[in-house]
Amino acid sequence: MDKHTDYAKLERAARTRKALASIAVYALLTVWAVIVLFPFYWMLLSSVKSYSAYNSEYIPQFFTLAPTLQNYVDAFTAVPLARYFANTLIFTVVTTLLMLAVTVLAAFAFARLNFRGRNLAFVAFLSLMMIPNELVIITNFVTITNLDLRNTFLGLILPSVTSVFYIYLLKENFAQVPDELYYAAKVDNTSDLKYLMKVMIPICKPTLVTITILKVIECWNSYVWPRLITDDQAYFLVSNGIQEIRENGFGRENVPAMMAAVVVISVPLIVLFLIFHKKIMAGVARGGTKG
Amino acid sequence: MKVVLQNLTKKYPSRNKNSRGEVVAVNDFSFEIPDGQLIGLLGPSGCGKSTTLNLLSGLQKPTSGRIFFGDDDVTRLPAEKRGVGVVFQNYALYPHLTVLQNILFPLQNLKGKDRLSKSAMLEKANEVARLVQIDGLMDRRPSELSGGQQQRVAIARALVKMPRILLMDEPLSNLDARLRLQTREEIRRIQRETKITTVFVTHDQDEAMSISDMIVVMKDGVVQQIGKPQEVYDDPVNLFVAKFLGTPPINVFRGSVRGGRLYIGEDVLLRVNGVPDQQVFVGIRPEGFVLNDRGAFGCALGRVEVMGRDISVVAAHPNAESPTVRAIISAENRANVAAGEVRFDVKPGKVFLFNQATQERIRFKTDGRGSDT
Amino acid sequence: MDKKSMKGWLYLLPAILFLGFFLVYPLIDVFIYSFEEGYNSASQTYYGVGLYNYAYVLRDPYFLQAVKNTFILVIITVPVSTGLALLISVGLSSIKPLRNLYQTVYFLPYVTNTLAVGLVFMILFKQTPYTDGLVNLILGWFGAGPVDFIDGPYWAKMFVLCFYTVWVVMPFKILILTSALASVNQSYYNAAKVDGTSRLRVFTKISLPMISPTVFYLIITGFIGAFKAYSDAVALFGANLNAAGMNTIVGYVYDMLYGDSGGYPSFASAAAIILFAIVLTITCINLLVSRKHVHYE
Repeated sequence: MDKHTDYAKLERAARTRKALASIAVYALLTVWAVIVLFPFYWMLLSSVKSYSAYNSEYIPQFFTLAPTLQNYVDAFTAVPLARYFANTLIFTVVTTLLMLAVTVLAAFAFARLNFRGRNLAFVAFLSLMMIPNELVIITNFVTITNLDLRNTFLGLILPSVTSVFYIYLLKENFAQVPDELYYAAKVDNTSDLKYLMKVMIPICKPTLVTITILKVIECWNSYVWPRLITDDQAYFLVSNGIQEIRENGFGRENVPAMMAAVVVISVPLIVLFLIFHKKIMAGVARGGTKG
Repeated sequence: MKVVLQNLTKKYPSRNKNSRGEVVAVNDFSFEIPDGQLIGLLGPSGCGKSTTLNLLSGLQKPTSGRIFFGDDDVTRLPAEKRGVGVVFQNYALYPHLTVLQNILFPLQNLKGKDRLSKSAMLEKANEVARLVQIDGLMDRRPSELSGGQQQRVAIARALVKMPRILLMDEPLSNLDARLRLQTREEIRRIQRETKITTVFVTHDQDEAMSISDMIVVMKDGVVQQIGKPQEVYDDPVNLFVAKFLGTPPINVFRGSVRGGRLYIGEDVLLRVNGVPDQQVFVGIRPEGFVLNDRGAFGCALGRVEVMGRDISVVAAHPNAESPTVRAIISAENRANVAAGEVRFDVKPGKVFLFNQATQERIRFKTDGRGSDT
Repeated sequence: MDKKSMKGWLYLLPAILFLGFFLVYPLIDVFIYSFEEGYNSASQTYYGVGLYNYAYVLRDPYFLQAVKNTFILVIITVPVSTGLALLISVGLSSIKPLRNLYQTVYFLPYVTNTLAVGLVFMILFKQTPYTDGLVNLILGWFGAGPVDFIDGPYWAKMFVLCFYTVWVVMPFKILILTSALASVNQSYYNAAKVDGTSRLRVFTKISLPMISPTVFYLIITGFIGAFKAYSDAVALFGANLNAAGMNTIVGYVYDMLYGDSGGYPSFASAAAIILFAIVLTITCINLLVSRKHVHYE
């Protein structure tokens, strides 16, 4: 070993390099965080600027000293935002509940019940996961139109219920529940349905919560199907509503009011996220897709 | 390379958020490891031995104290500058690289004047592969190797850059019992051949005793005793060390010293000169018993286990700390064992006394059996 | 059929009904539509069977524009978003303080409404008679002239679309990559550290090979997702994407189906099937490439 190695110097160099590296990392992360957060800041900011103040800003201002809530009032009075909101809520709740019922029953059948053709049926189900939504939406559109279900909740909801992936996810979770519990319940003369309700569902609650949250996000943000199937504003969901506001809006180009509407429809999911962020992120890491 | 630890201390903030306390993983550890020795760090899990190893490798920094490699103070030097070789407990072989690529990996990290030519790297890799006897496996991936072979590859990877010291974390714990015996001999041989100062961590006293030049027994972050394995075994400084070393383990009894005599129950075992009257723990190694019909110490006989060369007498005694008392006797004495009570004499050098409060060793001089017969 | 089997199928019945009616039947039907020539959705009649629908779609300038737009979008956003997500995830994995905060912030776009936030992006990039917009203000600081990103030149519009698409897909990718990186055993990094491995080498020789299956999964799903791009474009440029010259293949399908130029399910079907032929081909190529480059344990 080289006797003249200057250890103090080595140490200093290493420390400097480490410090520089971590400064670079934090800089990168912060830049991206700003890019992510800035649109949210801008929408909040614009939504509290008054119409006249906003339009007189040739150079956009990064803050405002005279915040106003007038835009929120406009958003709810000049356009049927509350209507969109209520529609979305109904759509989301009903679709999610139906999805849960269908999914739980199917997952239970696959995971717990023995019946002829089960494995074949499961493989068939799995292969359905490959079918892209964009292919089937065409016929569904024609079907719903022919059934005269355009501009109805039924037409909105029915094709949105199915989720092969969630059945698969839940089946995997159900299958992890030990068989002994089932046999014990059988000995106690518990019916299958009761066993499902009293044992399986409570045990698999985390997975159920996950798929519920994922479905709620999906429903709340769905745009394509509602756009195809509704042209009556009375049945618009928030995504379509915002598009309508953008195109025909407030009778004039009213950006602050538009931003207020955007804030209002973004808030529920953001609140949901802030409360459940660990669960949501874990759930998406396990089973989400997008992008 | 001589390695010196000076008052080495490592504290962690307590995991429990409510208490502000600290966990002291290593407490005031001082030790000078002579050049070229194989040192076993020994202790139960959580005793700070792995932390000590990480302090040596530089993966963790000490809270206070210093570390010297030779005359160089490396305390604050980051791991990558220390030139240590580490064999990790799970080997940490890169699964996507072949054995050869794994061994070459440390060499390929070198830059500037330290960097070798491609052929020199290959030559070095082959040389160390021959040393650990895996030269036939160079194109395999780690998943295609047995545990013992993976272990060798890990050692080869640690050795290839000619480390100043070699560190091994529980090197044998992932191997089955038969491989373990074989591999520990192998480690000893490799260490002898390379003469690299080596520190390894283990919780298995048998392992540490059998191959180390010196062992360091630790408990709760505090070094209990340092010495050659046989010395530590023959002369433990406290009850913990006495109990931790030796298979079968030492037998511990509650006894007392009265008037220069050592009592267990009413039996007088030894004269113990110069020890004031007190309650004590008495440790007797299994091999410290000698069968004698009129011996000083009586136990209730349980059973006799024959182990070939030796027999093991399993007995019970009301004052024993554990339910069974085990004595190892050479097989010729077998005929003397009868049912009911069994009586022993004890070898004074195999009997240790410990203070009941501090569990520290109480040394004594003896001139034989306590009774006057 | 015995009683037990009946019961099993009974539990499956709702799922079978929903899936059969809204997934299996439409899948078959879409192929039938695509071959029915001159289908009239009002009278539900057609006068021939053949490849005319495909030929029409493939000659339609709007479709060709949509294909071009989609391919540009895919080729830019998939590598950019995957690379950037890798960079950020590696950065995230190397820090301790504030890590959870950053992670949570980065995930935020996942739960927001694409249409709503797209509107904000439009406002940020748009040039109006009253203002050049915020992005142009920032460009101005660097001496670059104002560009109308929303109604202006094609490349400006494509830039915004790519930018927004990346912004939207990053949360998922960062999340998946950080959890993949977190699952790499720390001892590999320790081993690399005591061997003096440089950061770059740790990344290319250890982290990347170890998470290569995940990276590859993200590339495949990224391709598929980007080929189906639509709502991002609507959010930025409005529902009439053909007019803006920014339509995507999926957008073309929907436009054929419904809206001002709609009422042609046969053309829509043909376009959709062409899209999935493309996606399938690309995915197969991806899988072939991955055999060589991905390390599966």
